[in-house]
Amino acid sequence: MDILRLATAGSVDDGKSTLIGRLLYDTQTAFEDQIDAVARASRRTGGDGEQINLALLTDGLKAEREQGITIDVAYRYFATPRRKFIIADTPGHVQYTRNMVTGASTAELAIVLVDARGGMTEQSRRHALLCSLLGVPHLVLAINKMDLVDYDEAAFRAIDQEFSRFSERLRIPDLSVIPMSALEGDNVVQRTTKMPWYEGPSLLHHLETVHVAADTNLIDLRFPVQYVIRPQTTEFHDYRGYAGKIATGVIRVGDEVIALPSGMTSKVTAIDSPAGPVEEAYAPMSVTVRLADDIDLSRGDTLTRVNNQPRTTQDIDAMVCWMAPEELRPGMRVLVKHTTRTVPALVKDIEYRMDVNTLHRAGADSLGFNDIGRIRLRTTQPLMCDDYQRSRQTGGFIVIDPTTKRTLGGGMIRLP
Amino acid sequence: MTTTMRLSHLAALEAEAVHIIREVVAETEQPGLLFSGGKDSVVLLHLAKLAFWPARVPFPVVHIDTGHNFPEVLEFRDEYVEEIGVRLIVGSVPEALAAGSLREPAGNVSRNALQTPVLLETIQKHRFDALFGGARRDEEKARAKERVFSVRDEFGQWDPKNQRPELWDLYNGLLEPGASMRVFPLSNWTELDIWQYIADRELALPPLYYAHERAVFERDGMLFADNEFLPRREGEDIRMEKVRFRTIGDATCTGAVRSDAVTNEDVLAEIVASRLTERGATRADDRVNETAMEDRKREGYF
Ligand SMILES: Nc1nc2c(ncn2[C@@H]2O[C@H](COP(=O)(O)OP(=O)(O)OP(=O)(O)O)[C@@H](O)[C@H]2O)c(=O)[nH]1
Ligand SMILES: [Mg+2]
Repeated sequence: MDILRLATAGSVDDGKSTLIGRLLYDTQTAFEDQIDAVARASRRTGGDGEQINLALLTDGLKAEREQGITIDVAYRYFATPRRKFIIADTPGHVQYTRNMVTGASTAELAIVLVDARGGMTEQSRRHALLCSLLGVPHLVLAINKMDLVDYDEAAFRAIDQEFSRFSERLRIPDLSVIPMSALEGDNVVQRTTKMPWYEGPSLLHHLETVHVAADTNLIDLRFPVQYVIRPQTTEFHDYRGYAGKIATGVIRVGDEVIALPSGMTSKVTAIDSPAGPVEEAYAPMSVTVRLADDIDLSRGDTLTRVNNQPRTTQDIDAMVCWMAPEELRPGMRVLVKHTTRTVPALVKDIEYRMDVNTLHRAGADSLGFNDIGRIRLRTTQPLMCDDYQRSRQTGGFIVIDPTTKRTLGGGMIRLP
Repeated sequence: MTTTMRLSHLAALEAEAVHIIREVVAETEQPGLLFSGGKDSVVLLHLAKLAFWPARVPFPVVHIDTGHNFPEVLEFRDEYVEEIGVRLIVGSVPEALAAGSLREPAGNVSRNALQTPVLLETIQKHRFDALFGGARRDEEKARAKERVFSVRDEFGQWDPKNQRPELWDLYNGLLEPGASMRVFPLSNWTELDIWQYIADRELALPPLYYAHERAVFERDGMLFADNEFLPRREGEDIRMEKVRFRTIGDATCTGAVRSDAVTNEDVLAEIVASRLTERGATRADDRVNETAMEDRKREGYF
């Protein structure tokens, strides 16, 4: 059995938390004590008496319950006989976009909800854009609250078309569109009979069957060294292992490898995995690699292949999501963490800010809270990077404030 | 070829946890691992061993001891720590009480509230900047909201409305002076995953986790082990029952469940069939009010 990681997205109040609650409830994977607690809380927060507020299954913070919105990502887990799911239920409110990005950054599938009554809002567009920039490979457009438009096909088609027009310029490798009512449970776990004009699967059926195995990049070997293991005991006197998580690709005993940035080459003599020694290992396994030669190799360096190398560069061109109240401006000094390497960097230039409604690029000399834009950085040491769309692992980085150490933003590298 | 190269769910969770543990050791100065002898901390310490094999686990383990222990658990703790070969640091509530740095509120037998100050004191004394915890997000609704790297201010407090963004697997291990971190490598594991892993890797646990005859009494719909720390009230009669524990915490607030599960397979079958969460079934400390866990975390609990 494998794991599918998914995230919700979309405007505030479009029904994301309700949908996840419904999914857990109808698959009977929410526990009785959780349901009881939610029923108690529903009565306290008002509500329509009988009905329990399913959104409370994920909105677990005091402040969330008081305000009736999601503030931070909730992670929920459930399994069917076919798959295990890790769900990140993210907030729709623009103020908490950083938390949506947190949830979507690791997702293999995102469900973008749109209210059938109102159609797309600026926030639905922002989230769809973010899913595309973050390289979420599978997208479900969930046209929700169909119960409030009498399950009308025309309402559904209109939004479907609106989304198509908007997403023409986005990168969405796989899109499914499902009309549903999270509140009533239509097309969530079971297909509904109220929309005979819709012939596709229920959401759960889609989640169980969507093909994700091919999404892992098993072509380009990138092994960023995380930690050097040297026991220095009598039994393992000469053991020197390079521990790390394989970012992309496959590594085998006997492979010729090159260390970057040093450029020295060697041969893989052994691979130790949590389950013992193995002949081959692949992304995203955490392993320890041993080499034939004692070459210069430490945390932050990358093992790769001579004939298929990442770009080693100090000049970074990237899209960034800015997540801090202080503005990003040229001349700013930051830290960049990319794979296992953290280096000081200088913001050289802001090329443009993205208008999330029109997807137009507007000239800008700063990026503010929740802005998305294209920037250039110069790092003090080279990074070994790939284009983000080819590899989330070696194309993504975070920006850190050198003084407060807070995470200020996330970047996605563009290679020409 | 490529289609078979997808990790099973347990292998994926294991790889993720090992990555997190190594990342903390690489990025922080003085890490430690909270170890209670409970099933989650057993899995956590096992993963730490794997992460650095064949070298030793490069940090000490820390037990915040409320003094209200099941003797079997303490025995297990000492044996396991010895086997792994790590240093054990005990932050002791009874010692803090004896030294007068802490006072027990009158009429209250649970020492849950006393755990937090002792934890914070231990962190300060040993200058820990990162502590691993075995908490899982499926345990409780406030935990479901917490980051893997959970930054705490100088008072150990968690601010749920102001958590750091946490993108991809790029964990930010840098801290402002005075701040510290709790790190949860098992964030994405469920109770079922933990048991499947224990069964698969044949990890040893304290015997309390398997069905055994025990003298118990009933309170608030839960079965409590008869123990010296928990005075019985009127009408709470002792009887022998076949029980096991789903979680192990302070003996005064951890209940048992009726069970016949003596092997890992039995336990797995029981968990699959259970309609209650482990904390909902057996933890009195979460029943105080709706936001008990969130409140404790804000105050510095792990
Ligand atoms: N009629 C109807 N109401 C719905 C449906 N889905 C959600 N709602 C209601 O819409 C409101 C908002 O739902 P939530 O699930 O909290 O919305 P959300 O998208 O999680 O909101 P944020 O997380 O704050 O962005 C609640 O009152 C829900 O009961 C639906 O399918 N039909
Ligand atoms: Mg919500």
